[in-house]
Amino acid sequence: MRRVAVAGVGLAKVSEHWSLALKDLFAETALKALDDAGADGFDAVYVSSMCAAPLQGQLHLGTMMANALGRRGVAAMTVEAAEASGGVAFHEGVKAVASGFCDSVLVGGVEKMSDGLPGQVIAAISMSEDQEYTSYTGVTKVGLNALLHRRYMDNFGVGPEEVAMFAVASHENAVGSPHAQYPFKVSIDRVMASPMEADPVHMLECAGVGDGAAAVLLVPAEEAGGEVEVAATSVATDSYYLSGRKDILTFGAVREAASRAYKASGLSAADVDVLEVHDDTTISGVLSIEDLGFAEKGKGAGYVAEGNTGRGGEIPTNTFGGLKARGHPLGATGLYQIGEVALQLRGDAGPCQVEGADVGMAECLGGLGSTCAVTMLRRA
Amino acid sequence: MSVPRYWRETRYRYRLIGERCPGCGAVYFPRNAVCLECGNRDLVECNLGEVGAVLTWTVIRNPPEGFEKYAPYVVALVELDDGVRVLSQIVDVEPEEVETGMRVEAAFRRVREDGDSGIIEYGYKFRPVIE
Repeated sequence: MRRVAVAGVGLAKVSEHWSLALKDLFAETALKALDDAGADGFDAVYVSSMCAAPLQGQLHLGTMMANALGRRGVAAMTVEAAEASGGVAFHEGVKAVASGFCDSVLVGGVEKMSDGLPGQVIAAISMSEDQEYTSYTGVTKVGLNALLHRRYMDNFGVGPEEVAMFAVASHENAVGSPHAQYPFKVSIDRVMASPMEADPVHMLECAGVGDGAAAVLLVPAEEAGGEVEVAATSVATDSYYLSGRKDILTFGAVREAASRAYKASGLSAADVDVLEVHDDTTISGVLSIEDLGFAEKGKGAGYVAEGNTGRGGEIPTNTFGGLKARGHPLGATGLYQIGEVALQLRGDAGPCQVEGADVGMAECLGGLGSTCAVTMLRRA
Repeated sequence: MSVPRYWRETRYRYRLIGERCPGCGAVYFPRNAVCLECGNRDLVECNLGEVGAVLTWTVIRNPPEGFEKYAPYVVALVELDDGVRVLSQIVDVEPEEVETGMRVEAAFRRVREDGDSGIIEYGYKFRPVIE
């Protein structure tokens, strides 16, 4: 297997891009990644998206984007693994370059959530769960997280503010982030005073709705002479149904994906200098920190509330704002995380820079933690 | 909602039918082709218990399309007395009266309608047990 480098990164500001269609937003961002790498082409494009089908009625994104980028003839495909689509597409792209099947792969994610009405967007996100037995109950994605959130507080005697601090921490890290949707601080009082979205989860504990695209170019490391190398990627799954998990407060897929990534890279949690986790609500961020090995089970909320995940903390986490403040354009999210880790390792993170970052990790979840993609990058 | 898609699930939803693994005893709801615990492929249908307790719960305030007229509504992970867990709405109770550990039983209810002229879907919801 060949070593793989991240040669270029392109990130669109997460926002409401009213005037841009899926292919406009994707092409603009993918061209940034190609320019960043000093490349003008690629052998294959992997496009990740979760909701282009339900919201735009659009399939066949791979070929659509290859055409938009002027690359008639290249191999193209779409990768869908719910909100983990970006991380899973990256994993597939790395496999293609590592194996020698391709010499240059563009992996890009795109989502245009603002095209849907609120009820349509909520229903589209719910499509990650079994339509016949889970979405059938009327539960939303935030509602499923709320079930974990309440259980976590009951089980570990943790207060609601302590869990909600995850959102405050993510917003604090977003200040100065050029591509964040909400690059400003939010106080704990404001979070707790926001309306309930799905009790006990407040609106300001949830990632918002936004449009975004993120892209990276992957090439063999020996040719790139680049600065950022893939140390490991892994994808793991857990019971598809919350009702099928014995311990609902452990994301089995996160533990499995992390353990495979640590083993493949020869690194451990202690080696990680910057971390991006999937905080689509505060509790999923908390459980992620625990199951990746950065805090003990039941202690993650307190660990974050104490400030350990700030830019100057023990493990700087969600350094551009995470899903909560950078934004969460579903199928693009995993590639935002990976692009951000790459910028940190290159020293190109601007006001969000974590000094001396050599190893970074990104974790994204599909469904209620039933798919997890973990990526580890290091300075070459 | 297409007719066959609704029809094929009715027996499971109307009567709370799952599948049990004769090898290790694990129970699945909904049904599963292969036992996740022991790999057995010959699972057999079984009736779930209909009484249990609320393990954890939430109140859906911003519902997906199709559920607007029911909001706010309670969704809970219910642990039946035989240990099987079922995700379900909890009805016949105000959201502020729901508690973790509350005893609940299965009930047959309307779930949603497909517009003015489509299928009216029915199925299980849970309600508090009156002691």
